[in-house]
Amino acid sequence: MFKLVMTISLIIVAISTLLYVYRLVKGPSTPDRVIALDAIGINLIAITAIISVVLNTSAFVEVILLLGILAFIGTVAFSKYLEKGEIIENDRDQ
Amino acid sequence: MSVIVDFLIGFFILVGALLCLIAMFGVIRLPDVYTRNHAASKAATLGVMSILLGTFLYFYFYEGHFNSRVILGIVFLFMTAPVSGHLINRAAYNSGVKIWDKSVRDDLKEYNQKKRNKSSID
Repeated sequence: MFKLVMTISLIIVAISTLLYVYRLVKGPSTPDRVIALDAIGINLIAITAIISVVLNTSAFVEVILLLGILAFIGTVAFSKYLEKGEIIENDRDQ
Repeated sequence: MSVIVDFLIGFFILVGALLCLIAMFGVIRLPDVYTRNHAASKAATLGVMSILLGTFLYFYFYEGHFNSRVILGIVFLFMTAPVSGHLINRAAYNSGVKIWDKSVRDDLKEYNQKKRNKSSID
C-alpha cells in the first residue's frame, strides 16, 4: 500500500513535469519559458525526494539542496538579463 | 504506530504531488504571464515543501536519523521560490509583456505615468 502511494505520487509528479514542456515550447514570451524551466527544476526536487524514499536511501539528499540553489541562481540571472540586458554590470561603463 | 506514520507520510507526499499537478494545470491553462507565475510560484512551492516534509518524516521514523539537510532544503525553497517569482514577474513587466486584455486594473502603469509626468515638470 505504501509502495503503491509512492508510485502513484511519482507518476503524478512526472506527468506534471512532462507537461511543463508544453509551456516551454509554446510560451508566447521569454518569461513564460523561464517560469516553466523554474517549475521543472522545482519538480525535479520533488522527484528526487520521492525517489530517495522509494529506494530507502538518504544518499540523494544533497541533490535536493543543489537543485534548489541552481534553479534560483538561473532564474535570477535570466530575469536580470531580461530587465537590464546584461547579467554582471561593469561599473566603468557608465 | 507504524500505520499512523505510514498514513501521515503517504498523505503528505500524495497531497504534494497533487499540488504539483494543480500548479501544472495553472501554468498551462491561465491566460497571461502574471497569472501563470502566480500559479507556478505558489502551488508548486507548497507542493514540493509538502513532499519534502513527507521525506523528512520517513527518514526520521524509519531510519531514525534527523535529516537536517531536508529541513535546510525546505527552508531554502520557502525563502527563494517567491523571490525568483517576483524577479521574473518584474522583468516581464519592465520588458513590456502585455497583461491579459480582459484585466481591469493596472496600478503600476498609472504610477509610472505619474512619476514620468512629475519628472518632466521638474
